[in-house]
Amino acid sequence: MKKLLKHKTFLGIAASVISILIGFAFGFLVLLASNPANAVGGFMTILSGGFSDGMKGTGNVLYFATPIILTGLSVGFAFRTGLFNIGAAGQFIIGAFTAIYIGVKWTFIPPSILWIVALVGAAIAGGLWAMVPGLLKAFRNVNEVIASIMMNYIGMYLVNFMVVQTIFDSAKNQSITPYAATIPKLGMDLIFPDSSINFGFVIALIAAFVIYIVLQKTTFGFELKACGFNRHASEYAGMNSKRNIWMSMLIAGCLAGLGGGLLYLAGSGKHIQVVDILAQEGFNGISVALLGLSNPIGIIFAGIFIAYITMGGFYMQIFRYVPEVINIMIAVIIYLSAFSLFFKEKIADIIKRIGVKA
Amino acid sequence: MEYIIEMLNITKEFPGIIANDNITLQVCKGEIHALLGENGAGKSTLMSVLFGLYKADKGIIKVNGKEVRIHNPNDARTYRIGMVHQHFKLVQNFTVLENVVLGVETVKNGVLQMKDAREKVKSLSKKYSLYINPDDIVSEISVGMQQRVEILKMLYRENEILIFDEPTAVLTPQEIDELMKIMKNLASEGKSIIFITHKLVEIKAVADRVTVLRKGKLIDTVDVAKTSMEEMSEMMVGRKVIFEIVKKEIQQGEVILEVRNLTVHSKHHHKNVVNNVSFKVHRGEILCVAGIEGNGQTDLVYALSGLIKVDSGTILYKGKDITHTTIRTRSAGGLSHIPEDRHKYGLVLDYNLAENLVLQTYFKPEFQTGGFLNFNNIYKHAEQLIKQFDIRSGEGVYSPTRSMSGGNQQKAIVAREVDKDPDLLIAVQPTRGLDVGAIEYIHKKLVEQRDSNKAVLMISLELSEVMNVSDRILVMYEGEIVGQADPKSVTQQELGLFMSGSKREVVA
Repeated sequence: MKKLLKHKTFLGIAASVISILIGFAFGFLVLLASNPANAVGGFMTILSGGFSDGMKGTGNVLYFATPIILTGLSVGFAFRTGLFNIGAAGQFIIGAFTAIYIGVKWTFIPPSILWIVALVGAAIAGGLWAMVPGLLKAFRNVNEVIASIMMNYIGMYLVNFMVVQTIFDSAKNQSITPYAATIPKLGMDLIFPDSSINFGFVIALIAAFVIYIVLQKTTFGFELKACGFNRHASEYAGMNSKRNIWMSMLIAGCLAGLGGGLLYLAGSGKHIQVVDILAQEGFNGISVALLGLSNPIGIIFAGIFIAYITMGGFYMQIFRYVPEVINIMIAVIIYLSAFSLFFKEKIADIIKRIGVKA
Repeated sequence: MEYIIEMLNITKEFPGIIANDNITLQVCKGEIHALLGENGAGKSTLMSVLFGLYKADKGIIKVNGKEVRIHNPNDARTYRIGMVHQHFKLVQNFTVLENVVLGVETVKNGVLQMKDAREKVKSLSKKYSLYINPDDIVSEISVGMQQRVEILKMLYRENEILIFDEPTAVLTPQEIDELMKIMKNLASEGKSIIFITHKLVEIKAVADRVTVLRKGKLIDTVDVAKTSMEEMSEMMVGRKVIFEIVKKEIQQGEVILEVRNLTVHSKHHHKNVVNNVSFKVHRGEILCVAGIEGNGQTDLVYALSGLIKVDSGTILYKGKDITHTTIRTRSAGGLSHIPEDRHKYGLVLDYNLAENLVLQTYFKPEFQTGGFLNFNNIYKHAEQLIKQFDIRSGEGVYSPTRSMSGGNQQKAIVAREVDKDPDLLIAVQPTRGLDVGAIEYIHKKLVEQRDSNKAVLMISLELSEVMNVSDRILVMYEGEIVGQADPKSVTQQELGLFMSGSKREVVA
């Protein structure tokens, strides 16, 4: 028992759960402040969240979780290797565009594998997009935070431009639907009938697992982490820190780009709108990574959780809360979720104190 | 005797280690009280408890006979306790005066009143012979002077109890002498000083009494005058320490490293940091490059190990030109390097001990299969090295290296580098900041390398180390080799002349 309490995994999970609970408490206060009469009902809706619709709701939660698990992995992976990838939004949308483009234009490829080609294209495009700040960081020591933020805007406007030029549905002011490249359900619709979930969720799980293996078990991950913790020491040990930095960004970008592909090829009516807004999934990735403590397995659960309360938010409109209040509440919960690192230390402290007394 | 500070039965525990186990320290008014112990003996922890940085699990602190509770450094200041940290806490682009008043400024209607402060700083500087000009910019004065600013800060705040945390580690021999004088001066003016150190010579020179800690336990508090250095070191290490280094007669073998006309440009100015340097290192010898810090030794080593690019000249290793090869090629070819800065280069502090021990060898077949790390072998390897090199830590192979003491971190690096069975071992200040026990150990390891017909190139700033360990001495001054000497015949004074650039000879 004592050993369990001191175990790092336990500490991490406990910390995340506590911060989520505190987040909920604050979220409730937000509801009370804006519309006290419906606060309890609204809050219950958030709690029961995405699961209120049975298996259909659950399926939808997992569908919403898919892209943010990938952007979360993107941010979390970069973070583990000492890089702060704020550019997931840009990589995400570049990946999304590439996927749709391939799905619409490359119909010479048989539909049975077109979606795979489109997803691979999305990952490569996202990766190349992230490699730019990676190379700048590695060879010119340009701060990757600033470079990748700027790449977000360049990516957004470039995609808007390219959509209008190549795959534009002018009637709806959005991208054409890539019917031929829709990701198949592969049985997911049997488990979660009527929901939007597809095989993409499984791909997200596989990605998380692969990243976990790479970071924990391989020499490549060993180098990447060493370089992230201490670039000087990794160079001294004969590792190629420049290569490690841009490789790290490349992989992070692949994950975010793949996320973009998975969302826009889901066949659930999602299109690239030609508007000047950065992809929200990119920034949600930061919250997911923080809540999941940058651990690939933690990120899966964090992604599902954030999808879950977002779904709960949709249902809350029944209680006549304006979407802004719902968004504030969700933001508060996510914001406090990010305190999990802080709680992790506190819990370790408390356990130690109890341990000493006993 | 009246005690100004009493720390009674202090116990402080960290995960896996009892840093302070029932320690009592009593300091009289006006005395210099040395706190002696190896790295990891618990000196810093004890002082952090006194300074309010850590909270003791057990025990009480009394100031002037009254029990007090110190929760943070501000409380410590209220009781007039001040500390000169090993790494100074100064604002580099402020003047001395601004640094001194920082945090306790006199303000009138929102405007700083510096006039009185300037007078006070001047008179304090005069009273304690600190010779400080209040208007100098801190970044432009020497390390020794910066330390005096730290001392002045304590005096300005009218602190009565002054803690010096290994103050001589960063000073030149002359600066050390002057610091000793200042400390004596302070004590004679009634200040009480706690002097943390592991240099016995310094304790002999200034301290009245000494409290010795070992592995978190109090060994004894004794009068310095009545105790010999040998006795003190035995108390500290727990066994007799041999100061003399026993070496076999030198058996100089073939040339293993030859440096020809090596030149490295400076990044900051037009001078060369390493200028046309040539020398040879043979098997079976310890060649030592002596010199005052910042005369190009660091860059020379970086060039040899491959961390920086060489601008001209050649490096021949075992007869092969390695001037432009990668670090990994050199390391795989049997070149080991104990770096000067163990935190920046030597270790990945967030990795555990086992991971750090394979930092350069993780890709070898015994530690990986098809790109997957073989953790079984990695941990087995670590356990073996821990045993062989007596590396002590809280959680064995799983210890985060960040939580290990400096001496054990250094042992880990030495273990890793020596375990590679190198033909040439480059050791840069391998004993910096270590206690006698660890120094003795590391010197022994270097000599073992030499005696097994390997070559050792050592860079050191400590003259006693240079004289004791090496077989041959080169002196570096402003990027050039200015002298060569035989440690058996040369005097410290003569080396000093080379090191300060007052003497120079052509070295073949």
